[in-house]
Amino acid sequence: MLKYIFFRLLAAIPVLFFVVLITFILVRMAPGGPFDEERAVPPQVLENLNKRYKLNDPIAVQFGDYLFNLLKGDFGPSYKYPSRTVTELIATGLPTTVELGLYALCFAALLGMISGVFAGLKPNTWQDYTFMSVAMIGICLPSFVLGPLLILLFGIQLEWLPVSGWGVSQGDKILPAITLGAAYAAYVARLTRGGMLEVMSQDYIRTARAKGVSNINVVVHHALRGALMPVIAFAGPAAAGLLSGSFVVETIYQIPGLGRFYLQAAFNRDYTMILGTTIFFASLIIFFNFIADILQAWMNPKLRQSLSK
Amino acid sequence: MLKQIGLLAIAGMLVLSACSKKQQTNVEYGNQNQILFIANGDEPQALDPHITTGAPDFHVISSLFEGLISLDPKTLAVEPGAAASWDISEDQLTYTFHLQPQGKWSNGDPVTAQDFVYSWQRALSPALGNQYAYMMYYIENAEAFGKGEMTDFSQVGVKALDANTLQVKLNNPTPYFLQVLDHHTYYPVHPATIEKFGKMTDRVSPWTLPGNIVSNYAFKLKRWEINKVIEVEKNENYWDADVVKLKGIQFFPITQQQVEERAFRSGQVHLTYTPQLAIEKIATYEKENPEVLKKVLVYSNYFYIFNTTRKPFDDVRVRKALAYAVDREALVKRVTKGGEIPAYHFVPPDPAGHSPKSYFTYDVEKARALLAEAGFPNGEGFPAFDILFNTHDNHRKIALAIQQMWRDKLNIQANLMNQEWKVYLNTQQNLHYDVSRKAWIADYLDPSNFYELLLSYGGNNDTGWKNTEYDKLVEGAQREQDPQKRFELFEQANKIIADEMPVAPLYFMSDINLVRTNVKNWYQNVLHRHPYKTVYLETKAE
Repeated sequence: MLKYIFFRLLAAIPVLFFVVLITFILVRMAPGGPFDEERAVPPQVLENLNKRYKLNDPIAVQFGDYLFNLLKGDFGPSYKYPSRTVTELIATGLPTTVELGLYALCFAALLGMISGVFAGLKPNTWQDYTFMSVAMIGICLPSFVLGPLLILLFGIQLEWLPVSGWGVSQGDKILPAITLGAAYAAYVARLTRGGMLEVMSQDYIRTARAKGVSNINVVVHHALRGALMPVIAFAGPAAAGLLSGSFVVETIYQIPGLGRFYLQAAFNRDYTMILGTTIFFASLIIFFNFIADILQAWMNPKLRQSLSK
Repeated sequence: MLKQIGLLAIAGMLVLSACSKKQQTNVEYGNQNQILFIANGDEPQALDPHITTGAPDFHVISSLFEGLISLDPKTLAVEPGAAASWDISEDQLTYTFHLQPQGKWSNGDPVTAQDFVYSWQRALSPALGNQYAYMMYYIENAEAFGKGEMTDFSQVGVKALDANTLQVKLNNPTPYFLQVLDHHTYYPVHPATIEKFGKMTDRVSPWTLPGNIVSNYAFKLKRWEINKVIEVEKNENYWDADVVKLKGIQFFPITQQQVEERAFRSGQVHLTYTPQLAIEKIATYEKENPEVLKKVLVYSNYFYIFNTTRKPFDDVRVRKALAYAVDREALVKRVTKGGEIPAYHFVPPDPAGHSPKSYFTYDVEKARALLAEAGFPNGEGFPAFDILFNTHDNHRKIALAIQQMWRDKLNIQANLMNQEWKVYLNTQQNLHYDVSRKAWIADYLDPSNFYELLLSYGGNNDTGWKNTEYDKLVEGAQREQDPQKRFELFEQANKIIADEMPVAPLYFMSDINLVRTNVKNWYQNVLHRHPYKTVYLETKAE
């Protein structure tokens, strides 16, 4: 198992290297530079700016410099925000993205598990069809559609919740968390339903019922644990997805998270910021997948045995 | 089961109702506490007046810093700012500014003439990379210093005669020089603060962050959370602090027009600050809330440029035919709908006196004749071409309308070419387009702003068109002191534009903002300048 963990960690290094290399090449290939403005920058000024950021050096030298600084943990200065470094900006946006991701995850887990359990307990009834239809809509409806719909209903029509911002007014976290978590809630609901159906047909459940255990006790103490195994396996990639995939929701609700920085960096050709956030998100995804793999191996003795060989 | 679902629904409702409309909105809080909430478009890239270029940046910077002069919010007339008064020499070349005796920085230090010398040296220094350094080239030797051809700043025409007196020498008489001083590149910075966090010309410096920055206007920076909010609070050390009623301003970086409008509607902001409201919303506000819809013509123009280096747009007859076949009245009435004025000349009428003549009008017959003369009778043989524009709903709608007009009236096929902002700029600047949209908003109140755009050597001339006669006329007008003679020279330049038609003027833009009725002393004006020191919130109206 330790050997497996070691090699998984080792494999992450070339993956990250290629992420950096490909991103570096792609951002430089994109038309337009970080200092292109509607009002043409005088040539002397552009020359000075390029000199300041060493953009006149050969591309290989620039890449080498970048890697060297990266090894020292320095992502460089942001081109767009001259008063801050990329590290500072990531540190600024990350807590918001994590907070949003956590709320969305809680929402997804709570709603998904509850509706999955109800649907699983009454298979092929109208309740089951209702919950699963809603779950299907949740999966199919992209956040850029769901977000404005929720805003229209709860923000504009009912005036219950604020429609943009983060931490500036009460309740401004509810709609973004629902928008981001809806698709995941739907997945969790379907996974839980499947798990419940499987577990509820097991002998030990029948035995428990025969012994006169109440319905609620059967579900909570006997069935739920087994039914939620697929959900736990899904939690790792879901967490990575929630953290790295929030840029649409952050844009819709004007949330100052890392996803929005990422999007803006791309539009601004803020080379260092694009690279910094890409590396960060790539590391995050690698890390969560790694954790999910380890968890799966830990929970599945067969897999663990095959890895030990 | 139904009981359980019911309980769940009730729990959900309780959570939502905890945040019900009974809670105070930003606007309600602001009204009670004299805090103005503004939707500011985008996140400022910097609060350093010598680095920044964008309008959202200026909106915040102009709450923190004050130049030598200020502009009247109603008339845009020059009035005292950091300078209490000034003298101009007879030859119009030397300006002597007498600073406010009580002028102080937010940390209590006096604002001195030497601070301005230091600041202007910084703004001009090539190492800093100030993209607006050229705005200072009116000053003697400033251009040589700015281009790195001269390194001794004492040769530049800026001198502190004493702590309170600043002398500025110009290359040529420049009638609008006082106007230009309101531009942020002329704002002073606090030398000790700059030096504390780096060198004078350090572009990457934390000196503008909260807790570090020292400023000289009515407000000082309190909070700056990127992509979230920028908050400024009243600066009690400001020389004219007694007139300042607002206790603070909060700027929200809301980039999308629809989100901005929703923020206004839901009471999150007192006003929107981006140049234009979403077109679809204008009619609704005109009908339902006309009192909050503020439309004003700005000193600006919206036009299409032709790539004159490409066939068939190298033929002036083709360019004229395309320009004459656009129904501008229909464009502003049915497409833009924001009170814009159809443009039959390139430069907008100048509130100070220059009113360019129109040498053409909407004339389909003439356009067809010109096209036939150019070898394309009834549009036959005219190659399909692209209309380039950057991603924006309004630009697309305008391009669609013009595409239709050219197809219907001239029988020629234009395709729409939408590009992301930086790609669009790159395509335009490298002349890789056929026809492209462009717009210009003036930095100061003078026609030079616009005529300079088409100078042969101008960095912003993306048409490939060059005309030495035009260059001479514009340069002459810039030096001319007699307003009447200046306007005559500009008029000749205007005639050349109409004769050569490197650009097709479409309309003069209007600023469309939503402003709550209790925001007082907030006047719409052609330069979109809103000095904050006299603005306040009337509590009863909301």
